[in-house]
Formats: sequence, C-alpha cells, structure tokens
Amino acid sequence: MKISKSIYMFFIPGFILYSIFFLYPTVSALFYSLTDWDGFSPSFQFVGLDNYSRAFTGDSIFLKTIGNNLKFMLVVVIFQTLVALAFALIVLKNTKTTIFLRALYFFPTILSSVSVAFIWSFIYDPSLGILNQLLELIGLGFLTQNWLGDANLAIYSLAITQVWFHAGQMLIIFVAGLQAIPQDLYEVAKIEGASKWQTFTKVTWPLLAPSATIVVAYTTIQSFKAFDLVFAMTRGGPNNSTEIIATYIYKVAFRSFQFGYASAISVIFMVIIAIITYLQFKALRSDRISY
Amino acid sequence: MIFRKSALAVYALLILIPLLVVVLTSVKTLQQTFANPLGIPEGGLQFSNYVNIFQEQTMAGYFMNSAVVTLFSVSLTLLFASMVAYGITRLNNWIGNLLFLLFTIGMMVPAQVSMVPLYSLMLDLNLTNSLVGLILVNISSTLPIAVFILTGFMKTLPKELFEASTMDGAGNWKVFTTIVIPLSLPSLSATAIFLFVMHWNDLLYPLLFITDNAYKTLPLALLEFQGQYATNYPMLFTGVIIASAPMVVAYVFLQRFFVAGITAGAVKG
Repeated sequence: MKISKSIYMFFIPGFILYSIFFLYPTVSALFYSLTDWDGFSPSFQFVGLDNYSRAFTGDSIFLKTIGNNLKFMLVVVIFQTLVALAFALIVLKNTKTTIFLRALYFFPTILSSVSVAFIWSFIYDPSLGILNQLLELIGLGFLTQNWLGDANLAIYSLAITQVWFHAGQMLIIFVAGLQAIPQDLYEVAKIEGASKWQTFTKVTWPLLAPSATIVVAYTTIQSFKAFDLVFAMTRGGPNNSTEIIATYIYKVAFRSFQFGYASAISVIFMVIIAIITYLQFKALRSDRISY
Repeated sequence: MIFRKSALAVYALLILIPLLVVVLTSVKTLQQTFANPLGIPEGGLQFSNYVNIFQEQTMAGYFMNSAVVTLFSVSLTLLFASMVAYGITRLNNWIGNLLFLLFTIGMMVPAQVSMVPLYSLMLDLNLTNSLVGLILVNISSTLPIAVFILTGFMKTLPKELFEASTMDGAGNWKVFTTIVIPLSLPSLSATAIFLFVMHWNDLLYPLLFITDNAYKTLPLALLEFQGQYATNYPMLFTGVIIASAPMVVAYVFLQRFFVAGITAGAVKG
C-alpha cells in the first residue's frame, strides 16, 4: 500500500536535532583529530596523524589510562555479572519477599552518580569510613586501607562502587530472562535425573545466553562511560591511577586545551568500544542454542 | 536454604546500611559525625543542615533548573522519537532501515567521544549557560535509545490498523495521534521513566556547558559542594537527599514501571 509522502515530515525535528548536536560533532571529532587546534584560536594547522602517533608512543598517561579502563572493565563485568546472576537465581520466583528484595537491590540504580560517589567516598574514608570501622570491629583491623588514596587500590575500589550501583539493574534483566525459560524443560531434566549443576549448564545457561549477552555488553559500555562516578570520586587521581579514557579526554580538552589531541583520543576510544562490542557479540552469540 | 537466605540478607544490608548512614548523617552535626560517624549522637538529632543548605545555596533554583531541563528533555525526546519511530514503521523499506541504523548507531557512541567538538559548537551557537542549550543536547543524546525502544514496539502493532484508517481518509498525523500514540502508551511510559532517571541525574552536559550558578542543575551543584564543604559529610548528604528525593518518591509509588523502564533502556543491542 502506497503511503503519503507526508510521512517524511515525521523525521524532521528529530533528524535536525540529531544531525546538529550528535552527527556533526561526532564526525568533526575525526576532522579535528588531524589538527593542533586549541579550541579557541581562529586558526589551526593540519598535523596529519601526529596526534595518533603521540597517543601511542609519546603519552605514557594515555597508555596507563587504557590499562585502567581495562582493569575497571574486567572487575566490573566479572563481578557484576556473577553477582547479578547468582542473586537472580535465588529471587527468581515471584513472592512478596523476592519482589521486595528485587526492588531493594535495584534501588541504587535510580540515584545519580554524584550521590553514589559521595556515599562511597564516606564508606571508603580512611578515618570516618564505615568500611575501616567495620574491619576494626570484627578484628580484621590489619586489613584497613586508604581505599581511594592508595594508587594500587583506588581503581578497584571504584569498580566495587560501580558494581553496587548497577548490579541490581542487571539482576532484573537476568530475572526476566530466567522467567522466560519454559518450566517443562526443568521437569524433563528432573525426570531424566539431571543434577542441579547439569540442569544449570544444559538447560538454564544456553537459554539464558541472550540475556547474558545483553548484560555483559551493557556492563562493558557502562564501564567505559563511568565518567560521572570516577570524576566525582577521585577526579582520576591519585597519580592518574583512576584516570579512565573518558576523564582523560575531558582533562586534555578542558584543562590543557588540546582539542586536536583530545579529539584523536576520542576517535581511538570509539574504535576500542566498537572492537570490544563486536568481539563480545561474536563470543556470546556463537553458543546460542534454541530448543 | 540457610546459605541462600543469609546471602540475600547480606546483599540487602549492603544496600540498606549505606542508605541509612546517609539519612542519619544528614541529621547530625559535623562534630557529632567526627565523634561517632555511624551511631546515633548523644545530643539528639537536628535538622539544621537542611535549613543551612537552603540558606547557603540557591537550592530552590538548582531544583527548578533540574525540573525544567528534565521535563522538557523527556517530553520532547518522547515526542520526536515516537514521530521518527512511526516514520520508520510506516516506511518499512530500505530508507526506513537506513534511518533506523543512523539513529540507533548513536547508542554505541559514548557522549565523551563528541564532547570536544560539541563544546565548541555550543560556544558558537551561544548555547552555553542556557537551559535551552542543555535541553537540545539532552534530546539529541537520548533520541537513539528512545527511537530504538519505540520502533521495536511500534513494529509489533498490526499493520492493518494503519492501513484501515488510512483508507478511511485519515492523514498520517491523525493516525499517529489518535491510534499509534494511545496504543504505544506502555512503551512510552517505560521509556519516559528511563529518560527521567537519565536526565535528572546527568552530570556531564551541565559540567561542560554551565558555569553560571543561575543555570546549574542539582548534580552539578552537588559536585561543587564537594569543593566548598570538603569532607563535611552532613552537608553533602543533605544535598544528596534533596537531589534524590523526587526520584525516590517516584520509585516508591511507580516501582513496577521503573523496573520495566530501566530494563527496557538496558536492552539495547
């Protein structure tokens, strides 16, 4: 059936805004990455791929930043996915208690990153903080740390905060995925005498793969976008030990006014995310089974 | 069984204890907090932090800015995104698919990638230190996810519905407003809640574009309290409670929709 040409009008407001404030800046990041622009001067020079070679060979902070981002990502993806899955399996059935608990676990998700950052700065505070006090209380005083002040530890402390912040959201996605698995499959498994572990590996996990893909992919992207949390908690310190790519771009652009170089890092950032997303989808989609 | 129950209880306490500490600290003085960070103070509770924060800060102004930016960003994103989603659904050809791809590719690109050129664009357009500027950027940043969710939903609506009403002589706008929008309400409300949480809590764009106190939103104001109050946690937590209050109240009443909305937002890809 032929539809009227007026349908194109429906795209106009969205398309105009999206082009001006998203497509144009994103594409011009590519352009500026080839220049030495400082963001304010009317003129700038083309420097070819200099910014890119500087990023990979002349900037040890940037390389450290990539490492930090990978550490943060690994801890968050592994812990968040495991915590969410383990607890989703326990609160799977709909009872008054589980519905309440799911709502409670989900709660941190509605807070702002700045609020979560303040809460956890207090928890980690070396003298006032709950964490060190609790460790003292249960006789583990020797484990007390300067959680955000120790350069070897800070990035992991941030990762734990991120897990606290978003695990509940992933738990809900897993619950939805688990509830969609047909119950008769479990009955068959039971009749066939499958152990709990066998039931999980042969029935639950394969059918859960789509939810797992979503959780892992979303958690990964979230861990790269954790700008707000990191910025509000440590500003990338101490000694660049919690600098992630997103906060580093901000500093290079708005603290040292190297817009050209910051744009080059942005482009590298985009490529890294594209590669990771692609690899994850490939890895997780290949073992998908349907019954 | 006991193991499972204790695991559930431990996780629940991990969420509850920090939240209780925030509330408790906000009704203590700084001295009381230093003397006894976690317990209930001897001198009793007081609400002077709440009085002080409204006297020392333009809290009402920050609150209004957040409310205005969030309301306009959410409603306009929903309007423009549902129009695009309707267009894609009706076109149902390669042009529609191409537009869908173009809009949804934005979900993959973190805001930090385009923030540098976006900042100079906003300077050129004179849209820094402006709530309108913030709203326009917010809309474009959440259009991709909203288009994605709403197109997914509208594609499940029966085609005959559109065709029958078009045959009856209804124009596209009429079909959109009288049939598609009412039928899409579940999906629209889920998306709305997802967008509310995102825009209310956003820090990056206000941080980039707002320096004038008159236009600051709550998250940005809160961040700057850190510079002003340092480790005065009673004041910081009072700010946290005021900034979170609308979301928390909404969550208590609309919990089911929140879970559906934020999950819909996560399911992208």
